[in-house]
Amino acid sequence: MSARPLVSVEGLSRTWGDRLALDRVTFDVAPGELFALLGPNGGGKTTLFKLLATLIPPSEGTFRVDGLSPDGSLREFRRRLGVVFQSPSLDRKLTVLENLLVHGAILGLGGHALRSRAGELLSRMGVDDRARDLVETLSGGLARRVEIAKALLGAPKVLLLDEPSTGLDPLARRSLRALLAELARAGTTVLLTTHLFDEAEAAGRIGILDRGRLVALGSPADLKREVGGDVLVLVTESADLATALSAEIAAFLGPDPAPAPGSHPGPHPGRVTALGPTVRIERPDGPALVPALAASFAGRFRSLTLGAPSLEDVFVDRTGHPFEDAPTDDGRAA
Amino acid sequence: MRGARALAWREIVRFLRQPSRIVGAFAPPLLAWLLLGVGFGSSFRVPGAGGTSYLTWFFPGTVVLVVLFAAIFSTISVIEDRREGFLQAVVVSPVSPFAVAAGKILGGTLLALAQGGALLLLAPLLGYAPSVAALAPALLVLAFVALALTGLGLTIAWMLESTQGFHAIINLFLIPMWFLSGSFFPAEGAPGWLRAAMAVNPLTYGVAALRRALDPTAAGLPSSALSVAVTFAFAAGAALAATAVITRYPAGPDRATRGSRRKKP
Repeated sequence: MSARPLVSVEGLSRTWGDRLALDRVTFDVAPGELFALLGPNGGGKTTLFKLLATLIPPSEGTFRVDGLSPDGSLREFRRRLGVVFQSPSLDRKLTVLENLLVHGAILGLGGHALRSRAGELLSRMGVDDRARDLVETLSGGLARRVEIAKALLGAPKVLLLDEPSTGLDPLARRSLRALLAELARAGTTVLLTTHLFDEAEAAGRIGILDRGRLVALGSPADLKREVGGDVLVLVTESADLATALSAEIAAFLGPDPAPAPGSHPGPHPGRVTALGPTVRIERPDGPALVPALAASFAGRFRSLTLGAPSLEDVFVDRTGHPFEDAPTDDGRAA
Repeated sequence: MRGARALAWREIVRFLRQPSRIVGAFAPPLLAWLLLGVGFGSSFRVPGAGGTSYLTWFFPGTVVLVVLFAAIFSTISVIEDRREGFLQAVVVSPVSPFAVAAGKILGGTLLALAQGGALLLLAPLLGYAPSVAALAPALLVLAFVALALTGLGLTIAWMLESTQGFHAIINLFLIPMWFLSGSFFPAEGAPGWLRAAMAVNPLTYGVAALRRALDPTAAGLPSSALSVAVTFAFAAGAALAATAVITRYPAGPDRATRGSRRKKP
């Protein structure tokens, strides 16, 4: 990264009782970047969000925003953050504008400056025509936009959002994604958590969290390229059949012919994995394999698909297991 | 102090936009006053109250009950704010917890005072004060009672996770505190243990100060100086306790929160 990082996270860990929710996570976010933390529920995203939002202190490690640590002046640190929680923080009995004015007063703003800033943000978020309406009359998508306007009131250096698209319909989700991308283009650093691949896809860079560890870091395109080649997925009737089939296919294919240049050495040599009732094959010569597999294992699978690697493939490639919610999740760190 | 003022303003606006809260604050005490006042009026004479009817005698206690209800409702809003998420944004904002405490106490006290004060305007009709202007000392006393009860409610509610827990405290602690304050029956003539309980109840002195402000000839009460002093101390103590608990635990029951006085995990 060329520019001095705006957010730098170093060796951050957090335990909940005996459980290690976050395990020595390290990454940087550059100014003006749209950065997504992707991971299944229980992967540690929300714990990391709570740490960065200064809701909870870390068990170990440090982080800085704009060169400041929350261990110094917590108030100064918090001035640099705009936080959007997963659950709404707007007062439903106040109007949109009143919510912004109260929050502005909490930040120490007031008078004409606050009113014009609030008005400007509401029009930027496309909700200025609803300024005088009670928040309880707003749709989920519009309310989320007001939340973002509220978080931006203090002109924070970084906008932190926890699963911002939760509870939004697909259309509102898409327009939220466009809004965040536009904010980042205009210079606001945006750091969000998500468990949706398409949301992470829209980020400039992503960090993938699994079981508290950061397992991948980079742009979505780079990460997918590192998986290398193509991904073939065979769907079978059961997990047992998939396990047996994957062993036979691994033997049939032999060692991976020529790893793509710059590709990431996955944790499972041979690149044939059984995941539940599916068998997943990563090979640079995907198209050529389709007829060979279809001929040699006819009747052993229900469908065979060939595609370029997705972020889900990146996750599977890095972790060796499917993208699903952690079973040990106690709900608090989800 | 912009933050504190805005938070207090928010309390008041929220109250005015929820008609059910206005009804909830006035209706139960007024109903209690009318039904109990009229019902008991034919059978009981209050000792030492001269020819005053029970309905009239019960009035200052009803005003205090309205203030108590108002304080309870506005402190329940703390638990709602936390559940609905409004407070989470406040917690991670650069506002000082002291401003949050000041805003909550100020908003709750003003609301309670306004509701008690509105009822107090009926006093001249009951023969208590010759004019509305003569109500000024009573309003001053009521302001301290409102501050005391709001502070007490906030101190309790701040660390509670649910309104259910608060309802238990209302029924087991706050309502009995009102019963034993000389609002409902006078200390005079009560058994010794009950009188002792009433004597250590700080609200007794608030009710006494209010009675004396409305009727300087009222008998069988603690002295004016003592009543005013205890009421003032009660208000100051409750406000300080609420401020202390809010600044010490800015995020309430979630003590794992940064800024709460707790060791690192």
